[in-house]
Amino acid sequence: MRNITFTQIIRETLESEMKRDESVFLMGEDIGVYGGAFGTTHGLLKKFGCTRVRETPISEQAVTGIAIGAAVAGQRPVIEIMFMDFITLCVDQMVNMAAKLHAVYEQSCPLVLRTPPGAGRGYGATHSQSLERLFCGIPGIKIAAPSNAYDASALLQTAIRDDNPVLFLEHKLLYPMRFEVGDKLPEPIPFGFSKITRQGDDLTIIAWSYMSVIALQAAAKLAQDDIEAEVIDLRTLCPLDIETIIESVRATGRVIIIEEGPITGGFAAEIAAQITEQAFEYLDYPVKRVAGMNLPIPSARDLEAACIPSVEVVTTEARDLAQAD
Amino acid sequence: MSLKEAYRRMLLIRYFEEAIEKLFLEGRVMGTAHTCIGQEAVSVGIAAALQPQDAMTATHRGHGHFLARGADPSKMMAEIFGKSTGYSKGRGGSQMMMHTEIGFYGSNGITAASIPFATGLALDASMRGSNRVTACLFGDGASNQGVFHESLNIASLWKLPVLYIVENNGYAMSTSTDQGLSNPCIADRAKAYNIPGATVNGNDFEAVRECVTEYASAARAGKGPALIECLTYRLSGHSKGDPRVYRSREEEQDAWAKDPVKSLEKHLISEIIITPAEIASMRREVTAQIDQAIAESERAPAPGLSEFRNSLFAESCSVKTTDPEKTNL
Repeated sequence: MRNITFTQIIRETLESEMKRDESVFLMGEDIGVYGGAFGTTHGLLKKFGCTRVRETPISEQAVTGIAIGAAVAGQRPVIEIMFMDFITLCVDQMVNMAAKLHAVYEQSCPLVLRTPPGAGRGYGATHSQSLERLFCGIPGIKIAAPSNAYDASALLQTAIRDDNPVLFLEHKLLYPMRFEVGDKLPEPIPFGFSKITRQGDDLTIIAWSYMSVIALQAAAKLAQDDIEAEVIDLRTLCPLDIETIIESVRATGRVIIIEEGPITGGFAAEIAAQITEQAFEYLDYPVKRVAGMNLPIPSARDLEAACIPSVEVVTTEARDLAQAD
Repeated sequence: MSLKEAYRRMLLIRYFEEAIEKLFLEGRVMGTAHTCIGQEAVSVGIAAALQPQDAMTATHRGHGHFLARGADPSKMMAEIFGKSTGYSKGRGGSQMMMHTEIGFYGSNGITAASIPFATGLALDASMRGSNRVTACLFGDGASNQGVFHESLNIASLWKLPVLYIVENNGYAMSTSTDQGLSNPCIADRAKAYNIPGATVNGNDFEAVRECVTEYASAARAGKGPALIECLTYRLSGHSKGDPRVYRSREEEQDAWAKDPVKSLEKHLISEIIITPAEIASMRREVTAQIDQAIAESERAPAPGLSEFRNSLFAESCSVKTTDPEKTNL
């Protein structure tokens, strides 16, 4: 076993996929000599050269479209968008091109768009957002949102080998975190299978990306009060493993969904709706959402922390729900 | 492509577009369509300059581009009729058809969206070291989108084998180029990206073919992209039901005097390349071809929902399992 960072395993996985398949190549801003804003491509330029580690001007829309064209022609581009906030510049190409290619033209588009969402670093309103909601309602795009190094590597391999466009979220707070992983990279795992990261029968906590870390920390605190939470780490939002969610909710009857983005119009609302449609009679209490406030992410440390779900808030809300009569 | 064949394709495009306008007027097809009457020489001139391995990307006004590249008019018509026998099985309609087997990488409903896409096709050719050139077609309106500028900059930096070919037909829907372009010469924008720019009479088949051939050879030789502006005029309205209130009938009459199909026809007759009798028989053939396409399309089956639903994603993925236990690590 090794103890390595999330950044390190992303880098190793990219390298391994590039070695495995010559059609895999990287594009993005400052991914070459600089090694990427978060260091995920550090050293890859030296190993693969500037043709396959392709630095681009600051032109996110064109880079996304170029990647789509290259993908349709048979390459497997992996593009890095430095902060998820910048993905607004890629939306036209992702929504109107990538998402439509197979449904309309039956044309494969093996594209991976890697990007870090999330607050917690004081980067402010335009470098901290979790914008996966922009794509959750767009049929034709797969979305992976791992919460640990093992899943990140396994899912990134799957994303790169998939013949469809994949949005791959690497929460920026995960990058420096260390994880125990094997000496060899994990095997790829298919999309659409969530992971029960903690078993319990008092309530279900559902999360993805970094919020899954928060969920486990809250569950550990709850256990001190003899409340056993079942924690489901979704791993992929599209496809969504609703079966595992429904099974857990049927057993616990109480459920909290954690989402870092603003509570209104988020993916938690979609999950809540599906639970209500499929397991209403099993619910002891209404589905609870713990999510970001309906505000831009502020820069000041305490203000920022107050605007997104914390271990404390999740623990309190979960305890209240578990102990309600 | 011989001059005769070029004329036949231009005639096919003209008659196809006239048939489409009539079908909409009669309410026999639904949705929308943007016809390219008056712009036929651009499409056919480009197609004549391309080699079989080359790629072409088109616009929302893409029937002419596709027909020029060698599309089957019956499958195009079926697509516009929304039938399962259409190029996109009735899912795309007039604006979204693709047939990569003949190097046609799609018409597209978003103005300028195909510009980076075509640049990506050229990146692939460059990475493979293939001799494919990509012809990226778009309109004067698209040249005002940011992604046009982003793409030209990148293609120039990376010396990609792509030709950016703008069909300047005078109008972005109702907005004239006078209102939309700070510099009326779009080809001038090439200077900003350190690539060659050329302006050509887009109503002259041979001029378009020569110009595109020249820059395609340069791109094939590794000299990178070029920006070619084809000056033409959209004799038809923007889309079905356009009352054309933004321009005068006199202006249109002047433009009809430069009709590219008539011009080529006159040239072919005066040079005795073709006889009036041959032209008459060609017209009958093309008319029959389109009538047949309409008749077949009307009879063709409607697309089914289940097949469409199953087509959202490409199924091929090397990572598959049916056993969730195996992955619940």
